Amino acid sequence: MTAAVKKQEWRIDAVAILAILVLGSFYALWGIAHAADRAYAIQMWTALGAFLVGSAMLVLHISRGPSAESVASRYENGVIKAGVFASMFWGVAGFLVGVIIAFQLAFPSLFYFQEFGWLNFGRLRPLHTNAVIFAFGGNVLIATSFYVVQRTCRARLAGGLWPWFVFWGFQLVILLAGTGYLLGVTQGREYAELPWYTDIWLTLVWVVYLLVFLGTIWKRQEQHIYVANWFYLAFIVTVAMLHLVNNMAIPVSFAGWFSYSLFSGVQDALTQWWYGHNAVGFFLTAGFLGIMYYFIPKQADRPVYSYRLSIIHFWALIFLYIWAGPHHLHYTALPQWAQTLGATFSIMLWMPSWGGMINGLMTLSGAWDKLRTDPVLRMLVVSVAFYGMSTFEGPVMSIRAVNSLSHYTDWTIGHVHSGALGWVGFVSFGALYCLTTWLWKRQRLHSFALVEWHFWLSTIGIVLYITSMWVAGIMQGLMWRAYNEFGFLEYSFVETVEAMHPYYIIRAVGGTLFLLGSLVMVYNLWRTARGDAPAAERAGDVPAAAAVAAE
Amino acid sequence: MWSFHKWFERHSLILIIGILVVVSIGGLVQITPLFFIESTIERVQGVRPYTPLELAGRRIYIREGCYVCHSQMIRPLRDEVERYGHYSLAAESMYDHPFQWGSKRSGPDLARVGGRYSDEWHRAHLIDPRSVVPESVMPPYAFLTQTEIDFEQMGDHLRVNRMLRVPYTDEQVANAAADARAQAEPMGNYAMDFEARYPGVAVRDFDGDPARVTEMDALIAYLQMLGTGVDFETYQADTPGNRR
Amino acid sequence: MDYQTANQFAQTWGLWLLMACFIAAVVYALWPSNRDTFERAARAPLDDGDDNGR
Repeated sequence: MTAAVKKQEWRIDAVAILAILVLGSFYALWGIAHAADRAYAIQMWTALGAFLVGSAMLVLHISRGPSAESVASRYENGVIKAGVFASMFWGVAGFLVGVIIAFQLAFPSLFYFQEFGWLNFGRLRPLHTNAVIFAFGGNVLIATSFYVVQRTCRARLAGGLWPWFVFWGFQLVILLAGTGYLLGVTQGREYAELPWYTDIWLTLVWVVYLLVFLGTIWKRQEQHIYVANWFYLAFIVTVAMLHLVNNMAIPVSFAGWFSYSLFSGVQDALTQWWYGHNAVGFFLTAGFLGIMYYFIPKQADRPVYSYRLSIIHFWALIFLYIWAGPHHLHYTALPQWAQTLGATFSIMLWMPSWGGMINGLMTLSGAWDKLRTDPVLRMLVVSVAFYGMSTFEGPVMSIRAVNSLSHYTDWTIGHVHSGALGWVGFVSFGALYCLTTWLWKRQRLHSFALVEWHFWLSTIGIVLYITSMWVAGIMQGLMWRAYNEFGFLEYSFVETVEAMHPYYIIRAVGGTLFLLGSLVMVYNLWRTARGDAPAAERAGDVPAAAAVAAE
Repeated sequence: MWSFHKWFERHSLILIIGILVVVSIGGLVQITPLFFIESTIERVQGVRPYTPLELAGRRIYIREGCYVCHSQMIRPLRDEVERYGHYSLAAESMYDHPFQWGSKRSGPDLARVGGRYSDEWHRAHLIDPRSVVPESVMPPYAFLTQTEIDFEQMGDHLRVNRMLRVPYTDEQVANAAADARAQAEPMGNYAMDFEARYPGVAVRDFDGDPARVTEMDALIAYLQMLGTGVDFETYQADTPGNRR
Repeated sequence: MDYQTANQFAQTWGLWLLMACFIAAVVYALWPSNRDTFERAARAPLDDGDDNGR
């Protein structure tokens, strides 16, 4: 009987999704027919292709019915497995583009091509930032949130086929965004470069994501909602709010990509950085703290250090973060009261950030030896240490005097990457190692030695990256304001660019190491998922728990 | 006792409302006042809307992601004012949808680059930056000279800007395409009309290719007007309305 | 309501209101009788009814 009921549900979902895909196809066709420019036409062809492939996949899926594994399993795992693959793919792609643009700045005459304007830094840089933040980070967040909400609520993922709609819909956002940036389709707002039609599609996908997540919470067997889910919920809801407000715009034509933002100048600047900073706060922080609050306790096999602290952490973090945006606009034409307000909250933010860090690290209290034996746990814990470091650096940089030096320089780039590579990267890698063993029901990872390799390649890469950017940034800031004995500016601008050259090389090498590390991970995860026999390893390389389980 | 917080834990909708209330406060208190405090934007003379050709140049600036390496916001710090000129005023970007203040200077600030270099310099520099500045890390933009400007939608662009309260006249909107062409063709038939509609604006062949109006024309026209609007002779920084 | 009034309100009553909310959250988190609930909640990831195949 349950099977029959399930089948009925499926049909309703499928019809609704199919309707969306058909409507989307019609819009894309209309867009192709009326396209005002070539870039828009290519975007619409891409969308049309995606909608048609999506419809075919949907029909095929229904005709085959649910797989035996999916019916037998208590939880819905397929969409999470797909998310693991997508995360790996987009992660490597995003890191690769990052390495390319790092080499472009180090060796411009080798890595720019007159004939290929679409490979210029200005187009690849948004591709890099969006690929790592939204494609890699977003897929990790969607996959882990679907995993965590099911386990902590002891309920199967709500919505039948809708989670799959969220997954594939999000991949379409990435596809349109990435190809669009290469074509020069952008709104010219950092981290919000998506054109208006992709923004609308993302809004639809995001609303469904929220409903799937909430629907699962509503079905829960537990009375209490575990704190990781609070962080995920804050991430989903707040990102929706930021996205809607910051992307308000009027398109010039419904058959063209260009739009004019509703606000201008100083109001537009504050809206954008209110968005930009909270993309860091709610996408790259709150969401990934959800990962921390589930995966570290789970992998360490002990409850979080203090559940009470996590409650205080949550409310203090989400309240303080939202105010910090104006510190991106120090000394600009933004009224000073707004700058002061932003800086004050940024400094206060240091407290909940470190509260969360302590909570994550101290979960290991009494079991520190696991750090030595379990490289996956070590990766998770080191990510929290990086979180602590960059959330200390951030408030320092938001002080006006420091910011007058650091702003506009590579110090900012270094700061971003200590958070992005160290915190977001490592916590995601840790979660991916866990998810692959758990979802494919393997005894252990294929190779722990390769995890060690990944860990050290990435760590050395990060250290090279952030130290070179510190030196470069502080040096450039000081050179800009240096005066000679006659009271004139000592350096021309281009002399400061020239001085960056060695540090840009070191940065590019650091990035390459980080990319290599991620390739090692992909190989290891692929072998694990395939179920290959674990590699023969020295006894010391295998964590005690995994060794016991294997026996 | 304290059962109120159990709502948050047990009732997801109330948790969401709690989250929304907490995260809305910051935006409401910080952003909304900017729209109705009069002193947010200084009272200055000389800031004008972009001409159709400059607006097209600005779209190329956005399309190519120039803002990822060039700021357009000079801070009131001694070295910046000496290097780039008078610090930027909010009024100077009041017609910028979107703003392009930038956040990183891999290259120099461009807020007042207008008039600093010749058109020939810009052209050579955009085609091959290292031919002019050997240490430059900027990408080459030779392809801008190959592409002609699309005049078809010029009027729509101005119309949307006017919806957003950029003060274009009916005449300017109606003649947008002709004006875009006229600004780059000093010998053309419409140059006089253009000068009547946009008094004091430079009319010349920016890209050195008289046969066509290219994207290079548009981008250089835009760069050459950046930061040239405000009349700092008449600007009174110390009047209470302009002090912030 | 003009900006001055709103500002006045934010700096006086608004400030106290937010302080009160924060203190309420802290007190709640530390309230002794809630200890058991939290300890149970903290174990949620560990007793999640999924053996992960192991």
